[in-house]
Amino acid sequence: MEPFSKHTGLVVPLDRVNVDTDQVIPKQFLKFLTRHGYGNFLFNDWRYQAGNVPNPDFVLNVPRYQGGSILLARANFGCGSSREHAAWALLDYGFRALIAPSFGDIFFSNSLKNGLLLITLPEAQIDELFRRTESTVGYQLTADLQKQSLADSQGLNLHFDIEDVRKQVLLEGLDDIGMTLKHDRDIATYEKNHHPGAPLYAPVDSQSSPGD
Amino acid sequence: MPPRTLYEKIWESHVVREHHGESALLYIDRHLIHEVTSPQAFSGLEAAGRKVRRPDLTFAVMDHSVPTRNRDLPIVDTDARLQFEALARNCQRHGIRLFDMFSRNQGIVHIIGPELGLTQPGLTLVCGDSHTSTHGAFGVLAFGIGTSEVEHVLATQCLLQERSKTMRVNYHGKRPSGVSSKDLILALIGKIGTSGGTGHVIEYAGEAIRGLSMEARMTVCNMTIEGGARAGMIAPDDTTFAYLEGRAFSPRGKEFQESVMRWKALVSDPGALFDATVDLDATQIAPQVTWGTNPGMVTSVTGRVPDPSSFADPDQQKAATRALEYMALKPGQAMVDIPLDRVFIGSCTNARLEDLRAAARVVRGKHVARSLKEALVVPGSRVVKAKAEQEGLDRVFLDAGFEWRDAGCSMCIAMNEDVLLPGERSASTSNRNFEGRQGKGSRTHLVSPIMAAAAAIAGHFVDVRDLGVDVTE
Repeated sequence: MEPFSKHTGLVVPLDRVNVDTDQVIPKQFLKFLTRHGYGNFLFNDWRYQAGNVPNPDFVLNVPRYQGGSILLARANFGCGSSREHAAWALLDYGFRALIAPSFGDIFFSNSLKNGLLLITLPEAQIDELFRRTESTVGYQLTADLQKQSLADSQGLNLHFDIEDVRKQVLLEGLDDIGMTLKHDRDIATYEKNHHPGAPLYAPVDSQSSPGD
Repeated sequence: MPPRTLYEKIWESHVVREHHGESALLYIDRHLIHEVTSPQAFSGLEAAGRKVRRPDLTFAVMDHSVPTRNRDLPIVDTDARLQFEALARNCQRHGIRLFDMFSRNQGIVHIIGPELGLTQPGLTLVCGDSHTSTHGAFGVLAFGIGTSEVEHVLATQCLLQERSKTMRVNYHGKRPSGVSSKDLILALIGKIGTSGGTGHVIEYAGEAIRGLSMEARMTVCNMTIEGGARAGMIAPDDTTFAYLEGRAFSPRGKEFQESVMRWKALVSDPGALFDATVDLDATQIAPQVTWGTNPGMVTSVTGRVPDPSSFADPDQQKAATRALEYMALKPGQAMVDIPLDRVFIGSCTNARLEDLRAAARVVRGKHVARSLKEALVVPGSRVVKAKAEQEGLDRVFLDAGFEWRDAGCSMCIAMNEDVLLPGERSASTSNRNFEGRQGKGSRTHLVSPIMAAAAAIAGHFVDVRDLGVDVTE
């Protein structure tokens, strides 16, 4: 995972509540075997009209928001499906950070696992950021994870909260599987003391049937 | 020890290590995987030279993209075929039991887990699918995870987790006739919204929940994620134990009796504290129909499409305006006046035997409206399909003009060929009415199986309570 420490970028405003992950990446793009290459399909059904023609009204197609890397969103962004493809598509498009009043739980952990910084701020501050983004062409923000701050060049400087555990994982770009494997002995002890396994008591019809 | 909630009991019995300033390491008893969210996890595992720690606790099934007819023909969708092949290869390589699309036990992952007895009270269970909350109906801590977490569980049989907040939802009183468990859960989501449960694990309680069968309880827990909560649970009781007895992975004889004794302790202690409590009067809940583009945009079948200006919050007003535009509905329109193009009875929410029996009671001796383009019944598993056929339900549906298909996720997620065309409108027993969910430009109304069946006959929504059919689940 790529570490996240500090990022400055153009802000793209997506002024809708409850944006579910089906919108972030529709199901027709979930049939691939890789973690990469989803950026072109980000927000596909909003972004393109029939015949794959860009929808000029959708924010990602507006010229002033080209090259954006910070997505400003509304409450409950990323609710719904657990598809990690949503986080992959946002990253692949070029987003490094998302700012919203709240996020869906599963999307939140998926983003963290991929080094995408999710910043949660109160509604009033989000409203102010929407005002600034829409009124200033080329509006940029700097997200500094170490300092837990979000700042613009007009003197705005907001503090954001993030759990220490999550902050460290992002700052160091930690491989959490590798970290967990260091506790192999604890896991083995747990299994020895607590785990009966999943014995089968009657035949089932499966194709690959190890131990049948 | 202070009184504990059911969630806390299961959590505490699964902590491998928990240190201040670190995420807890939680042991996972059952890991279910399917073709869509697992391939990248296996590639990651192999790239790092890691092994599957507990293939014996990992179970795989093909469900999301499987065809629901002509399954013996070659799969024409190349991408889907490659995913099926990757799952088969990965399972073979790592010694994981796979229920492929030709297995008699194949079905939607959240239908077959309980059906096989893999889902047992007090366990932790995860799957790369948000409707994993379904298994909570058995007093299981079950939740959906992303692909990176799938990889983490494959490699370590554990997950790094933070403790959730807890919410108790009490359904007071008895559920009226004609009102299904689907209506109970839709009414809750209508009340708390699609983010009302975010950060929480929900425990459902109250007289109306106790009165539900296991299949109906699964419907309630299934849609927990639509209210924002990752997991929903119901304390196990005699209904649960009776369901589990004799299933393939359920313990037998003395071992089963001992398990029941242990399972009986899986209740929230009197006085246990919840971070939030929600109360609903089940006696006042009517059959529900969604009007918008998320499951919280819902009303009674006797109601009307709301006026966006009736919402207090400006963001909600905007969302409602947009939803009505997408759904091509007008404020004030009666829900029963909405005409339909297709009806779908299926999905991990509502495709179990009782769902099909109830729907069959509504359509028996009648015929699907001429105005409908298609009415589909897709059993949740091949076991459900076989049992329904033994009871002659397939004939009831076929005689009424429905199509009777093979098991899979089908039109709930529309990753196979079962899709709505742009602008088409469905009554669907599935769980999500998101934009484009059933096909680009699709318009979905979520309802219970008996409401979908009644709508198929009429060609528009009707209040199933008016039909004079015995529709008790």
